[in-house]
Formats: sequence, C-alpha cells, structure tokens
Amino acid sequence: MEMKPLTRVVLGLVSLLVAIWLVAPTLVVVPMSFNGNKSLSFPPQGFSWQWYENFVTNPEWSTSFLNSLKVASIVAVLATVLGTLAAFGLDRMKARPANLLRMLMLTPMVVPGVVLAIGIYAVYLDARLVGTLPGFVLAHTILALPFVLIAVSANLEVFDRRLETAAASLGAGALTTFRTVTLPLILPGILSGLLFAFATSFDEIIVSLFITNPYLKTLPVQIFSSITRDADPTVAAVGTILLCATTILIGGGMLLLGRERKGRL
Amino acid sequence: MNPRPDNRGAAIDLESVTKAYGAFKALDGVSLRIEPGEFMTLLGPSGSGKTTTLNVIAGFTDVSSGKLLVGGQSVVGVPAHKRNIGVVFQHYALFPHMTVGRNVAYPLTLRGVGQDDRKRRVAKALDMVKMGDFAHRYPSELSGGQQQRVALARAIVFDPPLLLMDEPLGALDKKLREWLQLEIKRIHRELGTTFVYVTHDQEEALVLSDRIAVFNRGRIEQVGTGRQLYDEPATLFVGRFIGDSTVLRGEARSDGTGTALTIAGETVAAPRRLAGETSPVMLLRPEKLAIRRPGQADGKNRLAGTIAEAIYLGSGSKYEVKLGDGSTAIVRSPLTGENFALGEKVELCFDGADAKLLPDDSTADTTLT
Repeated sequence: MEMKPLTRVVLGLVSLLVAIWLVAPTLVVVPMSFNGNKSLSFPPQGFSWQWYENFVTNPEWSTSFLNSLKVASIVAVLATVLGTLAAFGLDRMKARPANLLRMLMLTPMVVPGVVLAIGIYAVYLDARLVGTLPGFVLAHTILALPFVLIAVSANLEVFDRRLETAAASLGAGALTTFRTVTLPLILPGILSGLLFAFATSFDEIIVSLFITNPYLKTLPVQIFSSITRDADPTVAAVGTILLCATTILIGGGMLLLGRERKGRL
Repeated sequence: MNPRPDNRGAAIDLESVTKAYGAFKALDGVSLRIEPGEFMTLLGPSGSGKTTTLNVIAGFTDVSSGKLLVGGQSVVGVPAHKRNIGVVFQHYALFPHMTVGRNVAYPLTLRGVGQDDRKRRVAKALDMVKMGDFAHRYPSELSGGQQQRVALARAIVFDPPLLLMDEPLGALDKKLREWLQLEIKRIHRELGTTFVYVTHDQEEALVLSDRIAVFNRGRIEQVGTGRQLYDEPATLFVGRFIGDSTVLRGEARSDGTGTALTIAGETVAAPRRLAGETSPVMLLRPEKLAIRRPGQADGKNRLAGTIAEAIYLGSGSKYEVKLGDGSTAIVRSPLTGENFALGEKVELCFDGADAKLLPDDSTADTTLT
C-alpha cells in the first residue's frame, strides 16, 4: 500500500516514542550504575566502577547472586524435565482430559503471584521449608513449569508423529526413536523452555520475598531489600550486569536456533 | 547389483484377518497369499481396507482376529520395529534433521552394522535409486520425487525380505509418477524382494503388478493378474474399477441358451446365464462395442443411442453414447473408423459372447456358469 509522506512521518514518530518508552527504564539503569556518588539519582554525577566492585566484593551481594544462580539452575533442569514429560503425556492423551489437565498445569501463570505466595508460605511454615534451598526450588519450579509446558507443546504440535512410525519400520524401538528422532526435533522447544524456566526463577520476587530468610536470599530479594533500606547504586550495577547477561543469552540462543532452522527446513 | 535368487523375499499369508473399530470393520475376513518375490498391488477406493491391510502387515495396526504369517512365521503381536520389513510412505517420512546419507544409514546403525560396511551399503542403495550424489544434502533441499527415492533407498538398504509401499507416488505429478513407476519396477526385478504396493490408481496397478487384489468395503473382491481382472471380472465392482466399462441393466430373462436383457424396448442377448435368483447386468469393455450409423449395424445385439461426448485420443476416439434408458455407454473406436458428431443418432452393436454377465452389486453369493 502506498503511504502519504505525512502519514509516514507521523507513523515513524509514534513508533519512535513507543520504542523510547519501552527501553527508557533500562537505559536509565545503565548510566546510574557508573554514578560517582552514593545515590540513585538520575542523571548520575561523576563516573566510577565502585558499585561493580561492591557487587563482587560485598558478600551480601555475591552470596545472593550465587544463591540465585544455584536455585535457577536446579529449577531450570527440574522444570524442563517435568514440563517436557508433561507435554509429552498431554500430547498423546485424548483431547478432552488433556485440555483439562493442561489448563490445571498452566494455573500458576494466571493466579496472582501474591495468592500463590501466601499459600506457599503457609505450607512452608509448617514444613520448615522457609529459607531453604529445596523450598526455593520447589516454589520456583511451580512457576517455571508452565513455560516449559507451553514451549515444548508448541513444538510437539508441529512435530510429525509419522516420523516415529517410520523409525519403527526401520527397526527403532520406542526409546531409540525418542532419542534419535523425536528429541532432536523438539530440542528447540525444550531449550527455549529451559531458558524461560531459568529466567523465571532467576528474577522471581513475589514468592521469594515470602519464603526468604536472612540465611537464604536470592538476588531479587537482595536488590529489593537493599533499595528499600538505602538507595545503594549497586542495584544499578547488578541490573546492568543482568541486562548484558540476558541479552547475550537470549540473543545467542535466537541466533543459534535461527541458524539451525535455516539448515533444516 | 545381482539379483538374489537365494533370498527371494518372504511369502505373506493373511488368513481371515479382521480389524474392527467398534462396530465398524475396516477389514472383514481378508485372506490373501502373496508369493515370495511377487509384486502384489492392493487396489481399491479410499476406505476400502487396502491401507489397513498394509498397516497390519507392517505392524502399525493390530489385528482383531485372524492369522498373519510373514515367511511362514506368525507375526501377530510382534512389534513393528522387530519385523524387519521395509516401508515407503506417501509422505516420504525422511528425518529432517539428518542428511540423506544419515537417513539411509539409520536402519544400518540400529542393526550395529560396522562403519565401512555401512558406508558401502548406503552408497549402493543410493546408487540404486540414482541419488548417489545427494548424500550430503538435507531432505528439505530435495524435490518430492528425490525425497521419495531417498525414502526407497532407506527402506531397502537393510535388505528386508519384504517391502511395503503406501501410495508412494500419490503426491507427485503425472510425468514423474510414470517415470518412478518404471524405476520401482526395475528395482523390484533387481532385488527379488516381495513388494506389496497400495494404490487407488488402477493404471498404476496395471503397470506395476504381477497380481492385483481389489479391495472394497474391507473385503477382497478379486485377486488376479491385470489381464484376468480386465477380461474376467468376478464382480461388477471389479469390472467398473478396472478400466472403462459399459453396464447394461434391464428386464432379464434366462433360459437354457442364455440371458436376454430388455432395455427401453430393445432386447440384447448373451449366451450365458447366472446361477441363482439374481438379476444380472451385462458389462462390456469399450473396445467390444462397435458404433454404427442407423441401419448399418451388423450382429444381432443392437442398441440405439445418441452421441453425448466425443473425445479425440490421438490413437483413436472415445465416445460417450446416451442409451434409451438414460444410461451412458463408453465406446472406443480406432483411428481408421468413421467420425461421429455430437448429438448424432447412432446404433451400438456387440457380440453377445463379449458381454460379461455379472450379478448386480450387493448380491455376492452367486457364481458365473
């Protein structure tokens, strides 16, 4: 469709505004992390690396970072295995019960985080799981599983099951077929599920605030408590590091998947 | 590649095989013997049970009752991956994440064939289907016909004694299909393996097969060579499914000398009769009918009609003639014959001995005498 010049200019301006609006908060964090003063003011004054130094050297920060890494890694693996198995089961079930079960398993995405948090906290108090690694892992897995389920299900939907029949005719048993045919073809879904599960756990804050204690803090909890206690610019440094890490992770993953797809389809 | 007279392929015996889905019988007492090394085609319209039969032999579908023997051994209950039967699917079913070479090597890898031997056999199989130069390509980089040739190589590379093909050329265009038919025929000759081929295309069945089993509603109507099915159809269904035909229906009278049919006031006769109390129909092949201008007809069986369609075929002409009772007769006349125009009044004549008397559909328990 041919566009009038004026329309084109207006459209461009609006798009630019929306783009700025979307990335502005992120772009504010990066300069703040190099602030010379101990304040979270914007625009920052002076330049220094001290908040990055603080992040690495201050045990409060480094421990919480390692905690988050640990929890998110275990959650990613656990949620991916469980979510993939669930997606498989649902894919091979009759449609009606499968849809019901699927909806049930996706509820953690829909239920308000606070509601979940209160429920989990109440149970954890009795079960002595508050502030423990298993406690965090269990709670975060509940939240991460739907993402894996969705990603793997989407892949299974386009997976041609007739390939499994073909593999059987060539002499492959059920397990061999899964390992050599099904798994490689749904791997993109599993990997993106893994990534989402990791990210979900890594920046989970609501439930974490409820089940944390001084002995086990995750990074988001540490950021939250730090910013409510004093305006420590270390949070900006942490934010910037996370921004870079996720950009590399997601961008790299997308590049990798893109290349795979080009080679195959 | 040498033929393998020592390994001629497996015989298949189906005995009263039935497959029921609830009240619906996809297969209703199918019995069929396929000889070692034979090219057998299962022919029929969709839903007739031909693909179900193939799936039963392959092990993709369980039988509800009946016996199934491959090479003299019962395979009922044996899972598909332990049957050692090659299968070629209509949708190719190549593994998209593997190269052509790895696709073809797949069944050999599963059987623990060593690397050198594997390479040699993959190359041999790909050469056989003329895809030797494509080993490093991915299936997505190949055309449909090329993919199907790779699928064929993958299905024969492990030397199965039996190869099943489920409408393998169904998704390809006519030219390619005809060429691949000849390729499949050549490969069958070179391998000596038993081939079971499913199609709904009767021309394809005639080109390829040693024998054809015609399926209808979960049963086999007739098994025979293409010539037998064309010349001596056992049922009206077979007669109409194989080749063009004209079916004459009318008021029938039988006596010791034969059967007479009265169609819209005209009577034709054939020197045969059907046993039993069934109403017979006459089936005539297009080349057995002659077309004449009124008054010039010879022979005693004549039917008046009007040319409804004239089709020039190059090697001759095909006419559709509307008869007095509103039915349509199909006549093929040679190039040297007269030409007739649309709407022209004509007479059809035939020798009563060329008319096949068959029971009208739905009455199966009668025989020709």
